Amino acid sequence: MAKLPNRTEMLDFDFSLPPQGWMDTTTEFKEGMFCHAVKPEKLEAVNMPNAHKWSASDEDWGLPEDWKAIILQGMADRLEKYRSFKLFMDVCVRCGACADKCHFYMGTGDPKNMPVLRAELLRSVYKRYFTRAGRMFGSLVGARDLTEDVIKEWWYYFYQCTECRRCSAFCPYGIDQAEITIMGRELLNLLGLNTDWIAGPVENCYMRGNHVGLTPPAILDNVEFMMDDLETVTGHYFEPSFNRKGAEILLVCPSGDLFAEPGTYTFMGYIMLLEHLGLDYTLSTYASEGGNFGFFTSNEMAKRLNSKIYAEAERLGVKWILGGECGHMWRLMQQYMDTWNGPADFLEQPVSPITGTVFENAASTKMVHMVEFTADLIYNNKIKLDPSRNDDLVVTFHDSCNTARGMGILEEPRYVLKHVCNHFYEMPDETIREKTLCCGSGSGLNAGENMELRMRGGFPRAEAVRSVVDRFGVNMVANICAIDRATMPALMDYWNPGVGVTGLHELVGNALVLDENDHRTINLRQEELPSARTDKEIADAVAAVAGPDDGEEGAA
Amino acid sequence: MKIIGPFIAVCVLACIAWLGTGPLSLYTLFGIIIPYLAFAAFIVGFIIRIVNWGRSAVPFRIPTTAGQEKSLPWIKQNKLDNPSSKAGVFGRMALEVLLFRSLFRNASTEKTEDGIAIGSAKWLWLGALIFHWSMLIIVLRHFRLFLDPIPAWISALEGIDGMFQIGLPVIYLTDLGIVAGLTFLFLRRVVVPRIRYISQAIDYFPLFLLLGIACAGIIMRYFTKVDMSAVKELCLGLVSFQPVANVTEPIFYVHVFLVCCLLVYFPWSKLMHAGGVFFSPTRNMANNSRAVRHVNPWNYEVKKHTYEEYENENWEKMKALGLPLDFEHVKEEEPPAEAEGAKADAAEGANAGAAEGAAAEAATTQDSEG
Repeated sequence: MAKLPNRTEMLDFDFSLPPQGWMDTTTEFKEGMFCHAVKPEKLEAVNMPNAHKWSASDEDWGLPEDWKAIILQGMADRLEKYRSFKLFMDVCVRCGACADKCHFYMGTGDPKNMPVLRAELLRSVYKRYFTRAGRMFGSLVGARDLTEDVIKEWWYYFYQCTECRRCSAFCPYGIDQAEITIMGRELLNLLGLNTDWIAGPVENCYMRGNHVGLTPPAILDNVEFMMDDLETVTGHYFEPSFNRKGAEILLVCPSGDLFAEPGTYTFMGYIMLLEHLGLDYTLSTYASEGGNFGFFTSNEMAKRLNSKIYAEAERLGVKWILGGECGHMWRLMQQYMDTWNGPADFLEQPVSPITGTVFENAASTKMVHMVEFTADLIYNNKIKLDPSRNDDLVVTFHDSCNTARGMGILEEPRYVLKHVCNHFYEMPDETIREKTLCCGSGSGLNAGENMELRMRGGFPRAEAVRSVVDRFGVNMVANICAIDRATMPALMDYWNPGVGVTGLHELVGNALVLDENDHRTINLRQEELPSARTDKEIADAVAAVAGPDDGEEGAA
Repeated sequence: MKIIGPFIAVCVLACIAWLGTGPLSLYTLFGIIIPYLAFAAFIVGFIIRIVNWGRSAVPFRIPTTAGQEKSLPWIKQNKLDNPSSKAGVFGRMALEVLLFRSLFRNASTEKTEDGIAIGSAKWLWLGALIFHWSMLIIVLRHFRLFLDPIPAWISALEGIDGMFQIGLPVIYLTDLGIVAGLTFLFLRRVVVPRIRYISQAIDYFPLFLLLGIACAGIIMRYFTKVDMSAVKELCLGLVSFQPVANVTEPIFYVHVFLVCCLLVYFPWSKLMHAGGVFFSPTRNMANNSRAVRHVNPWNYEVKKHTYEEYENENWEKMKALGLPLDFEHVKEEEPPAEAEGAKADAAEGANAGAAEGAAAEAATTQDSEG
């Protein structure tokens, strides 16, 4: 693994541009900026085409003989199947509004990371082979031949995009680099050119039900371990059920929440809440993954991995599905799942058994976001919270790209956050909500060997965090995304040491008052609570949050 | 070259019209035949492009959500930036097309020594807005040449456009606006290094072409006067299909010829963003895909790893854990077909490898989450 540059080395770049045009600059494969090439057996296991042994540092990538025909046919197919692709190839005017909006451009200064140029890598080939002007005038109209070097360039740069859609929010025509990257990666996958870090989880998820490859005993062991910890913290032992038929609700989480800290604390938060409410819910070892690395491979693979969620909901006979905190998982639940694998007419419109709230926004998908569910509970005064248990935390909220720009769940997490902690500060306006900056590791880039890329891509986000560290003493970044929880600790350690990362429901779990005897001395991480409190103090805190609520914060 | 080339091209086009109507007096060609052909090419080309986009499927509902979505009733939805209804989408598109909503978000990012600074940057929005609105009003003003009597709305538009009553003939604000807007859009392509780097010849060509058209028009109106009655006669003749080209000033034909070039060029160039923006799936779709199912016209069945297969592969483990089981366990026999056996082996090996990798990664960075 390449040695990670120090901060000074990392920031030793500017936005200056090479003298020669972008078409004349060859792609330099810089260690630390890309992932390992996929091992063929991982592709074969899920019937992906053209699996072969290769390496990015090789001169010859061992492409199949008819690689060019495959790519051009692949493009032709997709131009018919995706209006987004065809339109986005045609209408860009190169106004440059997107150019400096990409976190990878901001963190590397590499001009091909400007979304407009990353798109042009593909657009130039589109022009050459699919437009009359391109065939006739070539480079004069921005067209170029498809060569093996172009394929390599695609691979390098389409895996330097986290499909975060920030550029799309600024584009006057809504051109979405995520769509273009998705197409680019689909095309590369036709030649067997995935990354190992994406193909591994895909294969795991397909065969074992989750990205990290947890078998049923591993899942149950991990959960039992977490429940033991919860007992230590709360004095209550919870026993969530698995694969239980006839439950009302199926809970689907990103598998990261079952696997590693701090995601496990978030999972503990979900379970505490659901058990405390006495909900009739179950988890599945088969549908043990809400996330979907298939989405970073191809539409077909994404659909294949996603199919088990509805299949399992139907098999278990649940009424509706509750989904944990995860970014790209929720982009797919919102914009893809029902289209791929619906209609879910074997399910019922979700209704909160506690508040009676009918989730009309989930009428067809029948899947509710955990944060919506919890916000509804708080709004209806159905849970008692003691936010002072999080008093040692000065929290900021990082909107994950997918839930912000592929969904729009912005107020719910803030509403919850304001009720479970007393010190919450927003990062600058240009870096949150629909303008949120990516963690730099999304869309399957959260590997180890590309750590420099991740630290660069996450740098703008880290900068925004630093600004609230300096101003308000922020020491914790809350989020609703499993990739954030998995990758931001490393990002914070690098750029803002001392700042922690937490899922929203970890804070909910800390603040949740289970009963009148719930006197905790430690939080879910088994760290000492800020102060030992008397019953009186707890009662006061509960009274303070349980007062009449007009939803003011939600509308703010 | 990518700047000079398009500039020369536009100059050549202007010269063709000048020579064709000055020394050669080909008034019918430049005043009637070419305009008819160009207009037909524009209409046909535009329709072809629109139909072509329309033929591509919209498999998924993928709006870029830029505000709070419709959710619980007490949470205020941002209906324009994250619409969930047709009315909301109409509003979003109207804001986008008429006021360039997304461009209004624009900010600029600068690299400082130890960080980055994001600042507001509305100049592109302003320049683009001035150019496009000027262009629209100018086009609408030109309808006075094709309609008789002149409708009141055109006169009103001209009144507003010339409201400052400066100069004789009165200077139209939009004449200043279009030249200023185009000049700004050109200059930023030349001056801002990042924009210069991404700009191609095809980005400069329409700017020069439009500037050429505007300049020829301005020269005609304010400097070398043309016979307006002959111009109007020609225009009315064109729309009533009885054209008479009695205009003799070459500058008029330069203006008309460059407009014809624009019309022919338009459908096959990036200028089609004018039509394309209405088709953009990230803008023209309601964010309601959890409430209303979106159907993909080419959705097809895919190979899945079913629960039955999963249970069978994990049967013993699941039984030992006391997990509920649905199926009789089918012991893995000697595989009947060679291919299936090989597949299973490959899957086993890959799983083991992945698990090892995951464990190693967890030990070092804890980033193994997938």
